[in-house]
Amino acid sequence: MRRAVVLAGLALAIAPLAAGCGGTKKKAAPSTASSSCAASQLHLVKSGTLTIGTDNPAYPPWYGGSAGHSWKVSDPYSGKGYESAVAYALAKQLGFSRDQVVWKYVPFEIAKAPGKKPFDFDINQISYSPARAKVVDFSASYYDVAQGIVVNDGTPISKVTTIAGLKPYELGAQLGTTSYQLIKTTIKPSKQPSVFPTNAGAVQALKNKQIDGLVVDLPTAFYVTAAQVPGSKVLGQFPGEPGGEHFGLVFEKGNPLVTCVNKALATLRSNGTLKQLDHQWLAKATGAPILK
Amino acid sequence: MSAVALEGVRKSFGTHEVLRGIDLGLEEHEVVCLIGASGSGKSTLLRCVNLLEPLDAGRILLHGEEITRRGVDVNRIRQRIGIVFQAFNLFPHMTVLRNVTLGPRNALKLPREEAEGRALHLLERFGLADKRNDYPDRLSGGQQQRVAIVRALAMRPELMLLDEVTSALDPELVGEVLEVIRELADGGMTMLIATHEMTFARDIANRVCFLDAGRILEEGPPNEIFQHPHEPRTRQFLERIIQAGRL
Amino acid sequence: MASEGDRRPDLEVEPRRSRLLEGLRFEGEGARGVVIALASTVVFLTAVVVAVTQSPGWPEVHRVFFGWHDITSSFPEIARAFVLNVKVFLVCEVFILVFALLIAVLRSLPGPVFFPLRALAIIYADLARGVPTILVIALLGFGAPALQLSGVPASRVFWAGVGLVLIYSGYVAEVYRAGIESVHPSQEAAARSLGLSRIQALRSVILPQAIRRVIPPLLNDFIGLQKDTALVGTLGVVEAFNQSQIDANATFTFGSYLAAAVLFVAITIPLARFTDWLIVRDRRRRQAAGVVG
Repeated sequence: MRRAVVLAGLALAIAPLAAGCGGTKKKAAPSTASSSCAASQLHLVKSGTLTIGTDNPAYPPWYGGSAGHSWKVSDPYSGKGYESAVAYALAKQLGFSRDQVVWKYVPFEIAKAPGKKPFDFDINQISYSPARAKVVDFSASYYDVAQGIVVNDGTPISKVTTIAGLKPYELGAQLGTTSYQLIKTTIKPSKQPSVFPTNAGAVQALKNKQIDGLVVDLPTAFYVTAAQVPGSKVLGQFPGEPGGEHFGLVFEKGNPLVTCVNKALATLRSNGTLKQLDHQWLAKATGAPILK
Repeated sequence: MSAVALEGVRKSFGTHEVLRGIDLGLEEHEVVCLIGASGSGKSTLLRCVNLLEPLDAGRILLHGEEITRRGVDVNRIRQRIGIVFQAFNLFPHMTVLRNVTLGPRNALKLPREEAEGRALHLLERFGLADKRNDYPDRLSGGQQQRVAIVRALAMRPELMLLDEVTSALDPELVGEVLEVIRELADGGMTMLIATHEMTFARDIANRVCFLDAGRILEEGPPNEIFQHPHEPRTRQFLERIIQAGRL
Repeated sequence: MASEGDRRPDLEVEPRRSRLLEGLRFEGEGARGVVIALASTVVFLTAVVVAVTQSPGWPEVHRVFFGWHDITSSFPEIARAFVLNVKVFLVCEVFILVFALLIAVLRSLPGPVFFPLRALAIIYADLARGVPTILVIALLGFGAPALQLSGVPASRVFWAGVGLVLIYSGYVAEVYRAGIESVHPSQEAAARSLGLSRIQALRSVILPQAIRRVIPPLLNDFIGLQKDTALVGTLGVVEAFNQSQIDANATFTFGSYLAAAVLFVAITIPLARFTDWLIVRDRRRRQAAGVVG
């Protein structure tokens, strides 16, 4: 009997925790937000340094060069690869020299968790979504995403030309990307798709033919076929929605730095830098037939 | 040919020599009681006969067959010898009936009906039939020990070894167990009994052996041993027993 | 045999109180103690709840970790995915219980002639417990199919299951071993004395007693297994934990984790109560008089 009463007491105590969807209390932006975006006046994690976060390994074509600075596959410090190049271009636009840019290993979990971030912004092929924007702040787009699908040559799925044709197959995507959503809402396959916590797992499963097709953003798709899965090809890409998916830089909620970064980004876009970097690093990521 | 013969049996545990050359023979239907102080080797001797302990030297023969030789089928031998322990050692997760039928069914491969028939017959004979579906923890000590004896008898052994089977019982329960043993003796069962119950030993034994420090110091008919012991140590032992009121 | 124990088995045994709470008697001081304990518990919990909910970061934490909408909207899909976890642990547990028993029995074989088998069992148990489960699952789930040998199944769930069985059998074998060693040697002596072979004695006398004694730790390992079925998700298979991660990443909140946790707890509680019942039911048979230990 005593045990029952204690349990009742516990239940009463815990109920308020779960009850009620406490409305989002927006963290008030600091009223002392500086309207100047001079480098010396920016709101930074460490003054005088631009701390940028990204995940490990750093994969082409987002990053280039060989492994270094404790990053596997490629090195963000190299300045090669689309994201690395964009980051350094932004840094320069904000008034930082190359030496003033510091990269930090930030696993995806940390990037998305609420609270204080160890970086000024995180750049890691993270798609903007309204739900996510409640927890973190996104910059404007630095890349408009198209999603593609990679398959093994000579398999039944490699003959498919339409989205409907993909339905009977076992598809896969990576955790944390919007590819899984695309599979579920656009393709609607009859078999339960897989979701892999790591790129390595997804790639291995495709190689093992444990999945028939892997849905990833187009640039990554080309990297997969070029370097990771021999005997594979990009079957096609999915039509983008108007104002569709885009990658944004991720900031701690309420960080006033977003405004200045967006200004810098707008400049890079209008003066053609973004387009030029796109051509330089992502040129191969074109020419995939659009699946309908 | 004797029923069982021990020749030059020696047994040590580590550096401690417990049996120092035992020569002992039992004739068919003979009842021999082993007496002696704790640690004199009585239990070890019985366990050796049942092949629970390997010998360091000597040999044991059962109806002329050497059961301590290499390559002998130990399980077969043990099926022919029944042993009952001081602590009953009934199987607590089985009913009385199952305790008794386990050996006949699993070791002797008797069909269930036959094994149960045998078991019930024995349980009835010793007044335990109404307990057959009880678990051991519901029985008194005396009842449990009687079940243990029945369990051994169900194997139809050629020889029964009893290791101080009443020592763990309350005095008022000792009697019912001794009754059972007496009945077995009257029925002609060959028995080797280690016991502290001197009066009982005097009553049923054909022969009494006094064990001292791993040797049979003296043996003979009970009257001789109890009334006219030759060895001084035998006399000492018996005096202590008498003082303790057990004789 | 030395005299075994001083037990007086024929003494009247008092009716056993098998439930802990039966010790509480509601008379005078007892009742007062209960009220005080209860009141102080409630006060303490209330203090904790107040401290947490009044802290400055609470609204944010509440929204991100305990958002009601997140929990309820993700729940149906997580529950559907949970069916896979259930299937995996039910099937695996059966194989584990059998395989681990084999290893434990091998380990207990006596004598120099059986040394190789004993050594094998020891090495196996050491390796199985030492290697991180996730490594074994990744190795088997991705590695075995990669060998491209005909007849080798490609199913990731299959290989994850194999990995779980191999690993957990190491732990459960040790639990069985503890049970076997806790059965007093006089039981084996009694069984062998009847002429039962070693295997027969093991099967009819020792194992039934041994296993009953280790039901709580066996259950512990079973519960651990239930949680470790989440590792199947590392191979990309969408089970409950993977599904909760998918939702969490889509919304950048953690409410879905709570939804998954609720499911895992929901099966643990009845299982634990069932085990308690098993133990009480078997208690009498463990305490038969005349058996030492």
